[in-house]
Amino acid sequence: MKGAVAMFSCSVNRIWLLLLAATGVTFWLGESGLSGRAGMAPVLVMFALAFVKALLVMLDFMELRHAPALWRRLLVGWLVLVTTGILLAYWIGQR
Amino acid sequence: MTTSNTLHNPPRLVGDLAVWLIILAEMLAFCILFLSYAFARARDVALFNASQSTLDLHSGAINTVLLITGSWCVVRAVQAVRADASSMGTRWLLAALVCGAGFVTLKVFEFSAKADAGIDLSTNTFYMFYLLLTGFHFLHVIVAMLFLSILLFKTLQGAYGSHDHHALESGAAFWHMVDLLWIVLFPLVYVMR
Repeated sequence: MKGAVAMFSCSVNRIWLLLLAATGVTFWLGESGLSGRAGMAPVLVMFALAFVKALLVMLDFMELRHAPALWRRLLVGWLVLVTTGILLAYWIGQR
Repeated sequence: MTTSNTLHNPPRLVGDLAVWLIILAEMLAFCILFLSYAFARARDVALFNASQSTLDLHSGAINTVLLITGSWCVVRAVQAVRADASSMGTRWLLAALVCGAGFVTLKVFEFSAKADAGIDLSTNTFYMFYLLLTGFHFLHVIVAMLFLSILLFKTLQGAYGSHDHHALESGAAFWHMVDLLWIVLFPLVYVMR
């Protein structure tokens, strides 16, 4: 129990657990067959999760939170470009 | 207050600038690959969905867990080394390498299963992208593991500590990039349909 409390008190550990939980949801979307059956919604969810996961890795693992703003903008900009581009392409494919 | 904080902790890019420029170049290359995949898929959704269903979702998800966990281990290693707990740092680095090795092993099985099924770059557009994207990413994992092995060896020798952790931070940034790319690659190639 004490170990569990210590584990959760460290923000890096909390982020790791969050990343694992988000991965679980993405896996479930694929495994349940929801991805491909329920239109755009599952794809929006999985890329929203991918966005948050990647953002956490950038800000807290790569420590860009305290980096010069230019580098933060470059990487977050990359993430915005990639995810919106993928979603746009998916939407085009659905029509 | 803010001013004094800024004075004491000015913004800092953690790791070497050259490594960050490499990271940026790699990310641009992957951005082009990701978007090319997505738009190629839009032109032939049925083919991409049919081919994608032959991929092993379980192995893709386990690989995601391995890379995320490996990244977390490296963060803990850097934290330990900065606090002069280098033996702890060594253990975290070793754990990260074990995660990397797990990823590589699963991927080798995946690639060989595809090769046994007679799938190669010329099979169809989906498999061409699948092999290019995951193969290119695989090479990055190998390179990141080589960096990490060298860093592990140097940490073991006591080369890093609160006085010097620059190289370790640079290697860590590259390792996290590999994780970052997989976080996008996994839903894109394995799940989205």
